[in-house]
Amino acid sequence: MATTGVHSPGRAQIDARTLRKDRWWLQPLLTFLALTFFVVYSAWRVFSGSNYYSAPYISLFYSPCLATECVEGAHPGGPISWWMLSPALLIAWIPLTFRFSCYYYRKAYYRSFWLSPPACAVAEPHGGYSGERRLPLILNNVHRYAFYLALILNVVLTIDAILALQTPQGQWGYVGLGTLILFANAAALWLYTLSCHSCRNAVGGRITHFSKHPVRYKMWTFISKLNEHHMLWAWVSLCTVVLADFYVYLLASGRISDLVFFSV
Amino acid sequence: MGYTAKFKVWRGDDEGGALQDFQVEVNEGEVVLDIVHRLQATQAPDLAVRWNCKAGKCGSCSAEVNGRPRLMCMTRMSTFTQDETITITPLRTFPVIRDLVTDVSYNYEKARMVPAFAPPADLEPGDYRMQQVDVERSQEFRKCIECFLCNNVCHAVRDHEENKTTFSGPRFLMRIAELDMHPLDTADRRDVAVNDHGLGYCNITKCCTEVCPEHIHITDNALIPLKERVADKKYDPIFSVASLFRRKDKREAPGATPGGSTPR
Amino acid sequence: MTELERHSFDVLVIGAGGAGLRAAVEARLQGKRVAIICKSLFGKAHTVMAEGGIAAAMGNVNSNDNWQVHFRDTMRGGKFLNSWRMAELHAKEAPTRVWELETYGALFDRTPEGKISQRNFGGHEYPRLAHVGDRSGLELIRTLQQKIVSLQQEDYRATGDYEANIKIFAEVTITRLLVDDGRAAGAYGYYRETGDFVAFEAPAVVLATGGIGKTFKVTSGSWEYTGDGHALAMRAGATTVNMEFIQFHPTGMVWPPSVKGILVTESVRGDGGVLTNSEGKRFMFDYIPDVFKDKYATTPEEGDRWYTDPDNNRRPPELLPRDEVARAINSEVKAGRGTPHGGVYLDVSSRLPADVIRKKLPSMWHQFKELADVDITKEPMEVGPTCHYVMGGVEVDPDTQETRVPGLFAAGEVSGGLHGSNRLGGNSLSDLLVFGRRAGLFAAEYVDRLGDARPKVTESMIVDAENEALAPFHVEGGENPYSVHSDLQQTMNDLVGIIRTGDEMREALDKIQTYKERVANAGVQGGRAFNPGWHLAIDLKNMLLVAEAVAKAALEREESRGGHTRDDFPGMSAEWRQLNIVCRAHDGGVEIERQPLVPMREDLLELFDVSELKKYMTEAELPKGEH
Repeated sequence: MATTGVHSPGRAQIDARTLRKDRWWLQPLLTFLALTFFVVYSAWRVFSGSNYYSAPYISLFYSPCLATECVEGAHPGGPISWWMLSPALLIAWIPLTFRFSCYYYRKAYYRSFWLSPPACAVAEPHGGYSGERRLPLILNNVHRYAFYLALILNVVLTIDAILALQTPQGQWGYVGLGTLILFANAAALWLYTLSCHSCRNAVGGRITHFSKHPVRYKMWTFISKLNEHHMLWAWVSLCTVVLADFYVYLLASGRISDLVFFSV
Repeated sequence: MGYTAKFKVWRGDDEGGALQDFQVEVNEGEVVLDIVHRLQATQAPDLAVRWNCKAGKCGSCSAEVNGRPRLMCMTRMSTFTQDETITITPLRTFPVIRDLVTDVSYNYEKARMVPAFAPPADLEPGDYRMQQVDVERSQEFRKCIECFLCNNVCHAVRDHEENKTTFSGPRFLMRIAELDMHPLDTADRRDVAVNDHGLGYCNITKCCTEVCPEHIHITDNALIPLKERVADKKYDPIFSVASLFRRKDKREAPGATPGGSTPR
Repeated sequence: MTELERHSFDVLVIGAGGAGLRAAVEARLQGKRVAIICKSLFGKAHTVMAEGGIAAAMGNVNSNDNWQVHFRDTMRGGKFLNSWRMAELHAKEAPTRVWELETYGALFDRTPEGKISQRNFGGHEYPRLAHVGDRSGLELIRTLQQKIVSLQQEDYRATGDYEANIKIFAEVTITRLLVDDGRAAGAYGYYRETGDFVAFEAPAVVLATGGIGKTFKVTSGSWEYTGDGHALAMRAGATTVNMEFIQFHPTGMVWPPSVKGILVTESVRGDGGVLTNSEGKRFMFDYIPDVFKDKYATTPEEGDRWYTDPDNNRRPPELLPRDEVARAINSEVKAGRGTPHGGVYLDVSSRLPADVIRKKLPSMWHQFKELADVDITKEPMEVGPTCHYVMGGVEVDPDTQETRVPGLFAAGEVSGGLHGSNRLGGNSLSDLLVFGRRAGLFAAEYVDRLGDARPKVTESMIVDAENEALAPFHVEGGENPYSVHSDLQQTMNDLVGIIRTGDEMREALDKIQTYKERVANAGVQGGRAFNPGWHLAIDLKNMLLVAEAVAKAALEREESRGGHTRDDFPGMSAEWRQLNIVCRAHDGGVEIERQPLVPMREDLLELFDVSELKKYMTEAELPKGEH
């Protein structure tokens, strides 16, 4: 029998690594499956380099499209001409870093992928543990930079949604199912981004005397309310991301055509 | 209304022990601690258990019920089915003394390492002025009843005995956050949090919050904000440079009497 | 036999609640080496249960408040049986003691100007209780605990040893005070964890052991409340006073059975909660006694206006002193107007919005939700009286807190005098601070005065103490101490409870005699390590001595006053007001004696209207020349 952790000398001698009787493994399992699906899906889409634009919609993985070789209609003439790989790779690292270093996702993957711990009061299977004190995990402290960049991307994606109010021919006055999806996605991403813990710290968390900063206190209070549901926004936005991209994919690959609610 | 319930209670000491079976009467409205008391009064007068207030206010009767860290006085029997066997063990992170009683001195040693409240030197008793909005964050942490369930469940020490020397657990990182957010505290506690109390061990997997009987948002309101404050100082050159040019709240303004009223 | 662990200190503080910790802080600040004995873990003492707040006339919310008003309220609450000198010191010093806590890091709720907020409470004329939601006691004890840690850090910086000047002995029970030639010499006890014995040598001993709640069946007190300090002091030759006065808090939980007795804070009423009977009537209006007739609202309308306009309205009778409210509830239940579980209703749900309730009474909301599955924002609570506090305690000098045994001091609930026949809510936490500090201060001064002439702990004292503590192990197959305890609690509840009669108390005294014999024959299973059965057998002896003191004093006092109500002597008597009943240990039992009160100083007497004094005092005691 192991002699570390809950089996360390001096502690109550109990063989089981946990005495929990509930289905504690269910949540990490579901998280594992969902995150794995997302990683596989997004890898496929990001590396594919195709089917990311169908007027007036652009897939968020490719927006802004910075490579010169971006397809016609996606953002006009990207400046980066020497890029040989999928144009998504120029952008996708930002949301990837943002989500990877997000305090919620950290909890999620530490629990479900690294089993550290798999669930509360369930012994983890590792001999040593140094937390986030060393490379590479200390890099999670870059979260705030990813947050700043994510804010910029959110602006771009919001513009994308607004541009989707044009007909495929470029005339204002259009609402397709894709338009709604892009707006929903932009909204979900704003909620996820603004509810982030780094944002909460930046708007007011770092202040000691709220009473001297009434406006920032109000903002902090508002962000704190959003922050309580950060996990929810993390999953909702993950779903809308997949949905938005997949809808563009279906349109671009010609499998379906847009459901139009209104058009001039 | 009463029924006979099946219990397994860990009995033993640091040399060894085992789960012992009991059958005991349960009446309506009772909590697990009542059952332990009934065992003492009828079947096992020398069953060691720590308890005081029996109302969830002193944090003495911490144990693990069906593998989950709980206060026995706040665990109602009605949350179990009548044919379920209920297992009670001592906390599994601290050395056992006897039966359900563990040696929690780790926590008191860590408490002693947290630098004390440091008010401005020139402020007289009776002259303290603080606004309600400025004390509320720290007040949440002061609800802590020191049951040490958070430190017990934290895998960084639960599963890694060796980290006890370098990591103080959620309870005392929260205490540091409490002081760091105290409107009249003049010390900068960020280096202490990282260097002496092992803030970096925390991988925000939130078990501390999950088990807190006072429902303190330990992770979201104390640990993550503390990590962000540390990031402000250690990982965020933008803010470090900016802070050279402006007065940054209490850190540069010891002796402030916020609220503006004149001392009596 | 293993070597006995021995320690030597300047000041030994027995008890680690508010009073003990404050005494320890003070003695350490006076440069003394201090030991603190906790019966449970450090920071778990019963002080954490205090909810309402600390009464101190800071005048932050109503600037008319000052120490004189607080003094008057305290004397009225105690029906003028209080030690007026203690009441004076208490009222004068409480504000400084509260402000001091802020310098230790306490975070009280604030007023809009950033001062400490103060709340209304029964018997207090103005909003006076410094508080933090309804967990004020937790704030107090944690703050003092953290102050002690900060002093230990200072000592560490100076000497390299955290425990150079303050050492905490957690989970140690004291079984006996050691007395050398009539002076305190130290104490003897055991570690609960191991059962190993330990002897302390200290010329000054501060008792701060709290109350006696566990002698009663329905109580808000925890297991620690076994009257240890009262019994230790009496056995050491000191006296107790006013033991007949037990405060039954009017609002304890009555259901479920396992939490029966647990407190429902008075703030519920201070913040607007009302008491109703099963007929839905706010019955307290029928129970305003004559002495309070002009101070309380006579209609619900006026009472409700008071919450927003206290200057022009009188307060609702739900906020009468605790003894009045407890008796009223008792009468309602006896008259058949009680709730299904034998209490009355206490309702805030119809009085305040749900979010305000959760903000102002968070731990009450929590307590009812988790323990009784009742949402107090939606439905009323069921409450009834519960044994809460003993006004009586070790007789002390009002200035120094020294008992009749030189070197033995007492502070907090274990000491007697300040509260007279009934304590006002909030006066307990301020009592701890004011007199805890004084006990620490004068203990240190006593040590200085002694110089090298310290009392000695002798071998025979230690042998005696050990034999006494081990006695329960020598009984083969004796009775389980739990059953004796449970019988004692039932007896005290039934026969020496809220309403008392001579016959019942005589019966109780007879029963206590039989319990003494049963305890002598009670046996203990298992070893000495953390053995609750053994612990109880030792504590039971203390409870029995205290129970006897309570019953004898109560039988002696033939009147009704504050926390002592005699069915056979329902009136309050001005003659009895001039007398304290003093108890001392004698021949394994308790001997009582009547002792005249010291007449109140003239300048303090002048703080009252003569018409008010007339309700309490004999003609001869009234101020001269004014009537």
